[in-house]
Order: sequence, then C-alpha cells, then structure tokens
Amino acid sequence: MTPHHDDDEHVHTARIVRPYALTAGRTRASIDLPVEAIIEQQPRATEREWSEHDQVGQIVSACAGRTSVAEISAAVHLPLGVVRVLLGDLVEQGYLKVAATTLTDTSSTDVRQDLIERTLRGLRAI
Amino acid sequence: MDFGPSSPPPGAASTKIVVAGGFGVGKTTLVGAVSEIVPLRTEALVTNESSGVDDLAATPMKSTTTVAMDFGRITLGDDLVLYLFGTPGQRRFWFMWDDLVRGAIGAVVIVDTERLDEAFAAIDYFEAKGLPFIVAVNEFDGARRFPVEEVREALALPADTPVMTIDARDRGSAKAALIRVTEYALERITGMRTSVPQY
Ligand SMILES: Nc1nc2c(ncn2[C@@H]2O[C@H](COP(=O)(O)OP(=O)(O)OP(=O)(O)O)[C@@H](O)[C@H]2O)c(=O)[nH]1
Ligand SMILES: [Mg+2]
Repeated sequence: MTPHHDDDEHVHTARIVRPYALTAGRTRASIDLPVEAIIEQQPRATEREWSEHDQVGQIVSACAGRTSVAEISAAVHLPLGVVRVLLGDLVEQGYLKVAATTLTDTSSTDVRQDLIERTLRGLRAI
Repeated sequence: MDFGPSSPPPGAASTKIVVAGGFGVGKTTLVGAVSEIVPLRTEALVTNESSGVDDLAATPMKSTTTVAMDFGRITLGDDLVLYLFGTPGQRRFWFMWDDLVRGAIGAVVIVDTERLDEAFAAIDYFEAKGLPFIVAVNEFDGARRFPVEEVREALALPADTPVMTIDARDRGSAKAALIRVTEYALERITGMRTSVPQY
C-alpha cells in the first residue's frame, strides 16, 4: 500500500509565533553558518555561568561537545534561522567557534574533490 | 592552538547529502536506516505570504508556519561527519532548499513509481542548481516494478544521471544510494577536469 500524507505533517498550520523576538528582530546571522557546520565551545564559554532557563544558555550548553547547527536547533527546539543568528552572536563574542570546514560556493575544486573522496572512502568503510 | 572563530582546525570537516522526494516516499526511512542517531527534526520558518523571513523583522507578530526537516548523522572518521537532510519535495519549499543545497555533495531523489510526478519539482530544482543527484526508486511491497530505464524515460533524465532501485528500510541499500551519489559527484568533478583543455 502506498502511504499518503498530506501537508499537515510538514506545515504546522498558522501557528502564531514570534520567532525573531529572541534576536531583536534580526533575521540574518553575522557569519555564514551552514546547517552542517560543527560548533564547539571556546575556553571563554566555560569561564561564566549560563542559565539553563534562557535559550542562549541552552545553545551554549548544547555546544559542549562538537555539535552541528542542525543538532543545536533540534536540541533547543528553535527554528534554524533563529539559532543561526544567536550562534553568530556567540561566535563573534568569542564563546563559540566553527570547528570544521564545510564546502561553500567558493570552495576550490581541489577542496571539493578532496572532501568528496574522503566521504566516499568513509562511506565504503562503514 | 587558537584557530580563531572562522578558521577551523586543518582537516576537520563536515558535509551533507540531501534526501528529497514526495510525501511518504521513504525519506525519513532512508535517513534512519543509515544514521547513527535516531533522525532528529528541525524546523525552518515560512511566512504565509511567502515573502521571505525578512518581513518578520518588521512585523514579528505575523503568523508563520514551519516546515519540518528530518536529519541524521554518520561519523566517517575522527575528522569527518556526514549529515543527511530529508526534505519535502514540493516547489513551495524551494526557499529552504537554497540553504540546504549550498555546500552539499549531492542529492538522492527518492521516487515511488506509483507517483513519479511528485519527483519533478526536486529534479527540476537540482538540475537548475547544478547539484549532482541520483534517482532512487523505492520498491514498496506490492508496487508494480518498472525497469530503471523506463523510470529514466518517464522522468526525462539525462543519460548519465544514475537511477537505481532501493529498499529505503535496508541499511545496505540506503548506504549504496549514498555511495552512488558521492561517486557521481566525484565523476562530475573529475569529468569536468579531464574535459578542460590542457596546456
Ligand atoms: N514496504 C515498504 N515500506 C516503506 C519503504 N520505505 C518506507 N516505507 C514506509 O512508508 C512510510 C513512509 O515512509 P517515510 O520514511 O516516513 O517517508 P517520508 O518520505 O519521510 O514521508 P514524509 O516525511 O511524510 O513526506 C513509512 O510507514 C515507512 O515504513 C519501503 O521500501 N518498503
Ligand atoms: Mg519524513
């Protein structure tokens, strides 16, 4: 039998949210953060207390291991766009950093080929 | 050593493959079959006016909807992590794909032969973006079987686009699809290189 799903599975109907209240209305992150970018804490992050009751504190805690932007968004239950803006701030403030290279539109062919070859070797080995 | 905020340690990398297709075609199943974590869900925002999220800054109370995206993770070594993003295939989600395909190795478009038309939007999009993609025919129990060449013809795919049949529930089969799209992405690069005139 072919399962049939309708849009409601994906598009949660007209929920009133104020997603960018947390970012003071900013919708653009200060740095370019792809969904697969790996974020980790800088030493500075451990030199202060972070509240588990506010979302910025939860984001910093979520970065205690090496964690991707997408995983952080899932962990703190905030939309990707909002998490990106907050992560961008935390990186600029020196609490977090991007901990791995990702491909971008400007990656050289050598870099691209190298990463794809590594991925291929990795996939064949698992 | 301090590499600064935007310069990651040499060698460490993360990358992604997009898994697209119509509703209920097996995207989450495929991601779950190969992922080392139970697929996680994240959301992107859409405004009802489809005018882009920027408008939200001006009117933060405006009602918005969210689009869910499932993703999984495969650690491929100490210094390499592959993420798999499953995304709905309808044209109205394209705004989200722009973000998703940037930097992706390639895409797996899953199709159900009973509803091939649901794959058109994703195929058009990846072709337009120049993102390497393969078509994976998910063989549901009881569905009619079509030779892959018939699927290729029905979808008007170029001769070099890989088409394969899979069982999205099976880890080996899901892995084979990921290997195929990665090989294809590599072939596209090395093909481009050999076709460049040498001086
Ligand atoms: N028999 C069979 N069932 C499958 C196969 N792949 C997926 N299914 C089933 O089909 C249903 C839909 O699969 P999902 O993986 O949720 O599909 P999806 O593309 O993520 O669906 P949406 O996210 O709702 O669009 C689930 O009940 C799966 O168990 C398959 O290869 N064979
Ligand atoms: Mg799904």
